Amino acid sequence: MSRSLLVISAGLSEPSSTRLLADQLADATRAAVGGRGESAQVETIELRELAVEMAQTLVSGNRPTPGMVDARKKIAAADGIIAVTPVFTASYSGLFKTFVDLLDPDSLTGKPVLLAATAGSPRHSLVLEHAMRPLFAYLRAVVVPTAVFAATEDFGGDIGLERRVHRAAGELATLVVAERTGVAGFAPTGEEDVEPLGPVTDFSELLRGHDGG
Amino acid sequence: MQFGLFSVGDVTMDPTTGRTPSEGERISAMTQIALKAEEVGLDVFATGEHHNPPFVPSAPTTHLAFIAAQTQHLKLSTATTLITTTDPVRIAEDYSFLQHLSGGRIDLMMGRGNTGPVYPWFGKDIRQGIPLAIENYHLLRRLWREKNVTWKGQFRTPLQGFTTSPFPLDDTPPFVWHGSIRSTEIAEQAAFYGDGFFHNNIFWNMEHTAQMVDLYRRRFEHYGHGSADQAIVGLGGQAFMAGTEAEAKRRFRPYFDNAPVYGHGPSLEDFTAQTPLTVGTPEMVIERTLSFADSVGDYQRQLFLMDHAGLPLEMVLEQVEMLGAEVVPVLRAEFERRRPEHVPSEPPTHASLVAQGPDGPHRRVVSSPVAIAREEEKAEREQAKAGAR
Repeated sequence: MSRSLLVISAGLSEPSSTRLLADQLADATRAAVGGRGESAQVETIELRELAVEMAQTLVSGNRPTPGMVDARKKIAAADGIIAVTPVFTASYSGLFKTFVDLLDPDSLTGKPVLLAATAGSPRHSLVLEHAMRPLFAYLRAVVVPTAVFAATEDFGGDIGLERRVHRAAGELATLVVAERTGVAGFAPTGEEDVEPLGPVTDFSELLRGHDGG
Repeated sequence: MQFGLFSVGDVTMDPTTGRTPSEGERISAMTQIALKAEEVGLDVFATGEHHNPPFVPSAPTTHLAFIAAQTQHLKLSTATTLITTTDPVRIAEDYSFLQHLSGGRIDLMMGRGNTGPVYPWFGKDIRQGIPLAIENYHLLRRLWREKNVTWKGQFRTPLQGFTTSPFPLDDTPPFVWHGSIRSTEIAEQAAFYGDGFFHNNIFWNMEHTAQMVDLYRRRFEHYGHGSADQAIVGLGGQAFMAGTEAEAKRRFRPYFDNAPVYGHGPSLEDFTAQTPLTVGTPEMVIERTLSFADSVGDYQRQLFLMDHAGLPLEMVLEQVEMLGAEVVPVLRAEFERRRPEHVPSEPPTHASLVAQGPDGPHRRVVSSPVAIAREEEKAEREQAKAGAR
């Protein structure tokens, strides 16, 4: 069964080192999934292309634009996510946060996510741990232990970055191909068909205690 | 199918003149728009209920009675009545009185209202929004169907042998719609009682609207009121028309670009592509509106928001005239043509509900055959248990 990987890249320039790192992580994860006898399809969302639609969605009462509807569908369908942002003012970029703000708060629940960030200086590397990880913890995503930070100097020098990329990719791949254990009927699988509108509570349940009886 | 107008009653500056109408002018404009609706052959006028600026319509029964006195055929409705913050006893009597005054020409659309600060003005807590909507509406149903109501709920003081006066005209309560954009509980509520479901889709993409309507339809069938495609559905919509598309856009664009609800966000072109807003010729509005039924199924009521975005009264009246003369006659014929035989063409009216007689489902507080059967089963079980003891 082919797995789907979704890459979310918040890089702003073209070409962007954020996208470069995102692609390396995606390639390494695809290879790692392959190493486990499965295949993976990779799709990438460039947030800069959605920037105007995100702003429009925000100021028109959260009515999602076609691009946002599409992005939400891709998130829902993904088996694993690679989220990469540049560091702006000691945190993830505003573009990245805006995108996360526009997602359904439950849409990342239980999803394996690999976090990564880029910046000009290695002094920002803890952004991954003090900003990115708490954000995804709040969203109840399953974040892999290794998060990958790349400063400008990492792209020029020794191969420390590549090692980190492969370690993180391996961790993500393990989660992406993981089979749910538990015998059917004995443990919740979490794979029941969930209606996009959420479950319906029978009205008698809602009326209980309110019918004046 | 019923066609009509619904007004939010916002007081908005006309961006082309910089002039904002006074509250009195706006109220009078709403009245004239309603009278125009009857004049051009529309079926319904519905007014919002708001208690916060920039909106004026805080007293819909007063306004609708004033309009009823000057019209003959127009059906009058709310869009919406705040079922959460208004005492159900108050709603029962106000609208029962209005029903008598208007000769049964009213129905109601229930809504929760989602402006947090408004709730405490009426002694309520927004965190209880859904439970309030559920309890209050259930009590309202009893008040309109039972004499000597004795009641004890969670949100108001108990009632002892209370009788609504006047009791509904011909002992037949007004038909009720439940308006909801996102809350599945409200779609479920409409389905449970077999009431109408109104989706105000004017700021939403059709996929979302279709999903909500589909949920209501499926649950309507689940509760035994009929097949899913027989459920009573209403939709919103908004349009601005002129002889050519370019002319319509030229005239409407300044209003769109500056309106509090649209302005400074998506372009007019993007917004019209993604929502029901149609700016163009009457033919375009016809085509667009007909396409709604492809997404949500054949439905029974279409309300248009025409007096929005600070449009001056003369322009709105001109739009309503075009709607009545050029759009609605074609829509009536076309919707009737495509509607399958077994799908109701109109929502229930006072006459059709009276015709059901005193034993009809409309006169029961809980009318769902499925829910009734479940209650009876439960009662029997309890009786058996008591007998065994």
